[in-house]
Amino acid sequence: MTKYDDLTEFLLRLGDSALIQAQRLCEWTGRAPALEEELGMMNVGLDLVGQARNWYDYAAERINDGTDADALAFRRDERAFRNLLLVEQPNGDFAVTMTKQFFYDAWQFHVLTLLKNANDEHIAAIATKSLKEVTYHLRRSSQWVERLGDGTDESHQRMVNAIDTVWRFTFELVEQNDTEWSLSEAGHIPALTELPELWHATVSEVFTNATLTVPDAASTFYLSARTGMHSEHLGLLLAEMQFLQRAYPDASW
Amino acid sequence: MQAGELIVTDQLGRPGDKTDIQRAYSVLEDVMDPEVPVVSVMDLGIVRDVGWTDGHLYVVVTPTYSGCPATEYIETSIREALQEAGFAHPHITQSLDPAWTTDWITDQGRNRLKAYGIAPPVGSSNKRTLLSGITQVECPNCGSDDTEQLSEFGSTACKSLYRCKSCLEPFDYFKCI
Repeated sequence: MTKYDDLTEFLLRLGDSALIQAQRLCEWTGRAPALEEELGMMNVGLDLVGQARNWYDYAAERINDGTDADALAFRRDERAFRNLLLVEQPNGDFAVTMTKQFFYDAWQFHVLTLLKNANDEHIAAIATKSLKEVTYHLRRSSQWVERLGDGTDESHQRMVNAIDTVWRFTFELVEQNDTEWSLSEAGHIPALTELPELWHATVSEVFTNATLTVPDAASTFYLSARTGMHSEHLGLLLAEMQFLQRAYPDASW
Repeated sequence: MQAGELIVTDQLGRPGDKTDIQRAYSVLEDVMDPEVPVVSVMDLGIVRDVGWTDGHLYVVVTPTYSGCPATEYIETSIREALQEAGFAHPHITQSLDPAWTTDWITDQGRNRLKAYGIAPPVGSSNKRTLLSGITQVECPNCGSDDTEQLSEFGSTACKSLYRCKSCLEPFDYFKCI
């Protein structure tokens, strides 16, 4: 399996995470608890698809073997995907969906805020553009976490269960990695050393308002998006998402 | 002389030059947004540059939202309108930097949105406005300030859904970004 250079791997991490998160949101089409929430989730998903395309366009330009954004999204196998384990997890109930969204939004918000100042002009431009949208996303998911956590006994318990379900995947959001170190050493991106602290601060603040408890830091385990070792859920998601392009390559209508 | 260098509005044709840029701008004034058909691409402020290089007209546009499905449609509309006006081979490119902001919507654009029943963005897109999300939006139908947000998101990525508590009409608000 091809392993690209550090910068391209980093772009795929951002692009794949946005695309898979968007795909999970799409699963709520026609099934959301309220019309406004369905609109909200589809709008967030649409923003994320657009962001994924921007990251993929740049990655494809770097790979430079004739690939393009569509091919990266629809013709790579599970092991080639670099998305966070968190975003490939099943939606569960609305509390699980919102908890995943909130953890991801907080991560995106701080990553993009740091990347806004990247020396790499492509990265800075995409980050600046995306951050405007992600600021809205984070505001919305934070409000839901607070509303559900500080809501009824039932909604509070559902939030506690949701955190239990997905917290173990958050280790990837706060880990320090050689790829990012070498990218910042080489001057492509700013150092992401503050990221764990920033993410944790946002989560703590919102959880405090939501009367929820922040668990101890999640430990690393053998799965890792960086090596393509995903949970069992990604393959099934891709099977559905990629079916058309795999069965009818370059189909158009 | 290559075909692309010609302005073909008349039978004889003539090479275009920088003096045609102004005419290109006036063509763009009539290219409307497909989802909000009362505002033009100029009103929205998504046309970032128009110029002349190597015998071609070029136009630089920027997308409103990363995932806006109208972006490609708008590029096609711009191309067709310019070709129809005689610009044989316009180059249209996309630029992400600087990122589009609702601050670039012109006064004419804001008035047109309001007349169409969409509340124009309030204030400027500074960080505080974005993070707090607190805005006093005026009802585009009756002018009352007594309005409430129904949903952070609306029928398109660029709008959110409001309701007027005075005239009771729901309306779209063009979000500030």
